[in-house]
Amino acid sequence: MTDITTVSAPRLIRRIRLRLPALVALAMLWLGAMVLVAILADWLRPYDITAMNLGDRLVPMGSPGHLLGTDELGRDVLSRLLQSIRVSLVIAFCATLISAVFGTTLGFLAAQFRGWVEHLVVALADFQAALPFMIMSLAVLAFFGSSMWLLVCLMGFYGWERYARIARGLAISASAQGYAAEVVQLGASPSRVYLRHILPNVASTLIVSMTLTFPEIILMESGLSFLGLGVQPPQSSLGNMVGFGREYLTRAPWIMLAPSFVIVLTTLSISLLGDWLRDRLDPTIR
Amino acid sequence: MNAILQATGLVQQYTTAKSLFGKPGTVRAVDGVDLTVNPGEVVGIVGESGSGKSTLGRMLLGLEAPFSGRVSYLGRPMPAPRSAEWRRLRAQMQLIFQDPLAALDRRLTVAAQIAEPLDIHRIASGAERQERVAALIHRVGLRPDQARRYPHELSGGQRQRVVIARALASQPRFLVCDEPVSALDVSIQAQVVNLLRDLQEREGLSMVFISHDLKVVRNICDRVAVMYLGRIVEEAPSDRIFADPRHPYTQALVSSVPKAGAGLRGRIILQGEPPNPAARPAGCAFHPRCRIADAACAAKVPALERHDGRLAACLKLQSNQRTAA
Amino acid sequence: MPRFLLTKFARAMLTILLVMSFAFIVLRLSGDPAQVLLGPDAPQDAVDAFRARWGLNDPLWQQYLAYLRQLAAFDFGVSMRDHSPALQLVMDRVPATLALTVPALMLKICIGIPAGVYAALHRESVADRGVIMLSIFGFTIPSFVLGLVLVLVFAVKLDWLPAGGQDGWHYAILPIATMSIGGIGILARFSRSAMIEVLGQPYIRTAMAKGLPWRDVVWKHALPNAAVPIVTLVGFMVGALIAGAVVVESIFSWPGIGRLIVVSVANRDLAVVQCILLVIAASMVMANLLVDFAYGALDPRLRGAAPGR
Repeated sequence: MTDITTVSAPRLIRRIRLRLPALVALAMLWLGAMVLVAILADWLRPYDITAMNLGDRLVPMGSPGHLLGTDELGRDVLSRLLQSIRVSLVIAFCATLISAVFGTTLGFLAAQFRGWVEHLVVALADFQAALPFMIMSLAVLAFFGSSMWLLVCLMGFYGWERYARIARGLAISASAQGYAAEVVQLGASPSRVYLRHILPNVASTLIVSMTLTFPEIILMESGLSFLGLGVQPPQSSLGNMVGFGREYLTRAPWIMLAPSFVIVLTTLSISLLGDWLRDRLDPTIR
Repeated sequence: MNAILQATGLVQQYTTAKSLFGKPGTVRAVDGVDLTVNPGEVVGIVGESGSGKSTLGRMLLGLEAPFSGRVSYLGRPMPAPRSAEWRRLRAQMQLIFQDPLAALDRRLTVAAQIAEPLDIHRIASGAERQERVAALIHRVGLRPDQARRYPHELSGGQRQRVVIARALASQPRFLVCDEPVSALDVSIQAQVVNLLRDLQEREGLSMVFISHDLKVVRNICDRVAVMYLGRIVEEAPSDRIFADPRHPYTQALVSSVPKAGAGLRGRIILQGEPPNPAARPAGCAFHPRCRIADAACAAKVPALERHDGRLAACLKLQSNQRTAA
Repeated sequence: MPRFLLTKFARAMLTILLVMSFAFIVLRLSGDPAQVLLGPDAPQDAVDAFRARWGLNDPLWQQYLAYLRQLAAFDFGVSMRDHSPALQLVMDRVPATLALTVPALMLKICIGIPAGVYAALHRESVADRGVIMLSIFGFTIPSFVLGLVLVLVFAVKLDWLPAGGQDGWHYAILPIATMSIGGIGILARFSRSAMIEVLGQPYIRTAMAKGLPWRDVVWKHALPNAAVPIVTLVGFMVGALIAGAVVVESIFSWPGIGRLIVVSVANRDLAVVQCILLVIAASMVMANLLVDFAYGALDPRLRGAAPGR
């Protein structure tokens, strides 16, 4: 017995390691499919997302005409799922971009002006660290009510301090002695220094950070929507599908399981891809 | 002869804040320096690390504003760092510093780096820009095919040539070279120094050449200023300072350079701690390490005074002169 | 008190002030506080009385100062729903939330860190692979999915544990499991990499070279040095735990702060939301101060200077 385990364990590991690039390829395939779904959702879905059919309520998975079954109002789960993928991905994508642009800009400003600007950015980052993002979002949603735009902007604040910290650190080290100080010395304007020299040099690090933020934003948005405070009906997102499916956990678990499955696979794929990118592009950050 | 650059009473000090509640201390990196650079002249600045020579170089270029004192370029005061006027002036004055790999953007090709000043100051574009870059590459002794290389693909000496080509692109009149060859192999150092000297002669550049290495300075400079803890202790034409140094610190430095036929005979070994700007000794800053210092040296700060065809700051020299007179 | 702790304390106070200002700004941006706090169908004389009482006709900066003064006196206003003081309402819910978060944090620390250290000392073993798998799990499975799956399996299918409510200690098992499983994986993964990094350092090789027993190398040299980054992560986890409580309490109908904030947000009961915001920010800042304190105890180098984050 012991012999078998000691022999087979390393072989298993080697197999896992060999399979890793294949896993990355699978992750890319899945993400590609998700992007296609997001773009083509209108053509792909067999039913309208609000089309109710009270005769066909809670039809189980695999039924003819309803591949993933129907929900409590007889709406096709597959159609709703495709639309939800689009909504969740678009929100996460826009928010990731906003957060990256916002954070990088603040980081560069802190590096360029130092002094009180830097203190302000650090204080804002402290503030962000002192309030769990979920709680802050809930407060903002409580005050303003929920709308799609507000949700995107709110999610756009997620993780900005990470970009700010990276951008500030790299810009300062570049300006202290390196090429950036040299280009300033050549007479370049600050915008030229930051856009032509520093930004391209830190881009790979920032992109890797984006692969970290993206799945976290998906989880954050689906968490809020699950609580019924994010994306509002009649629009639907992955989290809010899980949230509504929860009521029918015992009778129709498929309503909740299908979107859960998509959430887990998507975040897993991005994490795998991010890990792989990190190893390839930037071995310096964890 | 009108000076190209004139500095008077330059002082630079930095505050070292320990923390939010700590008392800030001040460190004087440069402490009252006057310096003139004439057209076509190469002035050497020599000193140990911590002598303030790099800070002085940065102030001469206007890269940092002095705490007090002033720098004027062609008779006009140096504009405030990073102002629009300051940026325009960069086309006329350039810095070459120690580490060429750090000075170059690792993502841009050699040609792109050299063209940078042309783009920034809108000097040339299109075909003219390419011609100029090719000419510069040729002038600093690089091969044309190296234009498409990236900095990490070149050797240290080649990288420094790229930096030099970039510094010359905007046809500056004034150049500060801060330890330009210290990071290079000894065998390469002479090549780069010779290149700098050729370029200087051909273009009639004015230059400030900063180094801790007297051998390098002797090869290229017309006039040399020796710095110790933020002050010039001796300043004289190059041949005079090497042939007949008067300040005890200069004597020690010069004696450490091997001479043909004589080797290192008569070498003066400096005693004591290397200079620390945060703890400046009272009186003559050099007295704790000086062979001939006495009690008076610890009490009075010597002024830089004319002495036998040079400027020197040493109480001993002054008292000798006075007794001789 | 060492100077760096004083600095930290000043920054913590500043952060609290920022959170208060955030609540103030958001409240003012969202419309007339009288309307918002009293509800849309409040009678006009009540609105006027409210405006007069809270000085809403004064200049904004005076209102801001008054607001800060009010908060400093622990006056957080009254709940819109039952008109009881907001602070009272929130404090009543704190024990229930602590009953979930404290055991969950303990589980994370007591299982996560030893598992990570073990994995680092036995790299490429089955346990090591298990730690990595569990951490991926922790990163990618949202707590609401995990919670519902646990309910589906242990409450619905197996009927071993209750699906929700609070009526005895066994009601807490599923919520605590939901909160801690992912975190255990993440903490284990992090402890593993911190430990591996420390084990690669020259002083470890020196300690080994001078013939120190392996156990002493690990306990006296490696662990104390790996502890600093691990403590940092534990500090961050306190925040994640509070955020997690919001979701988990909702799933399991657990009457804690998390449930309260969701209900209050849905009802737009702003006084309560604002009070929860400040209570959470205060506890987060406290947790961060504790982490800083732990730094000082763990790493003598950090006693003099403020550690960079």
